[in-house]
Amino acid sequence: MSSVAARVVRFCFALVVLLLVGGIGWTILSLPKEWNGLSDRVAVTLGETGVRNPVTAVLLNFRGYDTLLEIGVLLLAALAVRSGAADRGQTEASPFEPPGPVLTGLLRLVAPLIVLVAGYLLWLGGHAPGGAFQAGAVLASLVVLVRLCDPRLLPRVPDWLERLLLSLGLFVFISVGLAVMAFHDVLLQYPAGQAKWLILTIEATCTVSIAAVLAALFAGGRIVSSDSAEPSIQTEKGP
Amino acid sequence: MTAASLYALCGMALFGIGFYAVVVQAHRLRKVLAVNVMGSGVFLVFVALAYRAPQPPPDPVPHAMVLTGVVVAVSATAVALSLVRRIHGEPGGANLSEAAKEPPH
Repeated sequence: MSSVAARVVRFCFALVVLLLVGGIGWTILSLPKEWNGLSDRVAVTLGETGVRNPVTAVLLNFRGYDTLLEIGVLLLAALAVRSGAADRGQTEASPFEPPGPVLTGLLRLVAPLIVLVAGYLLWLGGHAPGGAFQAGAVLASLVVLVRLCDPRLLPRVPDWLERLLLSLGLFVFISVGLAVMAFHDVLLQYPAGQAKWLILTIEATCTVSIAAVLAALFAGGRIVSSDSAEPSIQTEKGP
Repeated sequence: MTAASLYALCGMALFGIGFYAVVVQAHRLRKVLAVNVMGSGVFLVFVALAYRAPQPPPDPVPHAMVLTGVVVAVSATAVALSLVRRIHGEPGGANLSEAAKEPPH
């Protein structure tokens, strides 16, 4: 009886979703075929932004406020996951098998390349698709990769350093945003000619913090999880 | 129909699939996945609609918004997953295996 009612409700809801999707789809089809949007306005002022990639210009100059809050959201998420895991005191050791020589060797080959690619993506963001988020994600993948291969290879990071890494990007972003108020009285309004280096500073520190936050989100709020603190065969310090 | 509107319609379809699943599916993990599918659909619509510019450089503003949105979606997913895991471990709380009682559809 109740399952029949549930089916009817499901069917009605599917109809509602179809109507909604159909309505918005029809709206999409009735939009103008060619439309420049804000490209022209971005292109006109791109020369003053200190970068040549319009997406980076929008992210860190025109709408820097959005990105500042986004870094805040990332930090908040890491703190939420961290505190959720901490008061539970979970130290369930994940099943771990020592990696074979091939996997370790591959890791040795890939790790420096990942760092190189992250640095390249960071610099590339100035004039082509790339930037802090892409670089941070690539860097975080290194930590995840090492964790999946052999968590014992991760260096032990003291707690204060971990907190610093997580919050460095937001701290520098806010500091730069407030410091430039000395020139224009507007948050994140970079003085003329200085935009490039200020943006690069923000991007570089945010790359580190984004990588730390993503790695921490993967491992339950900690870059180096607490279960690696228990005595284990300490082979080497880094990959 | 242009390629951009085709991609945008695919994005809308993804959004619809995710929206249906987030309401209908009881399993929390499926709800988290469904929200991700919804979000991906919205991102696809945004990126597709930015490609309507006649000449190559597409509108950068929606692209920047999607880049922001992707990062926020990843962190929200991580928080949601950790909450799901937390609820799963609580004695007396609702459990994750509700869906397992139902016959597979």
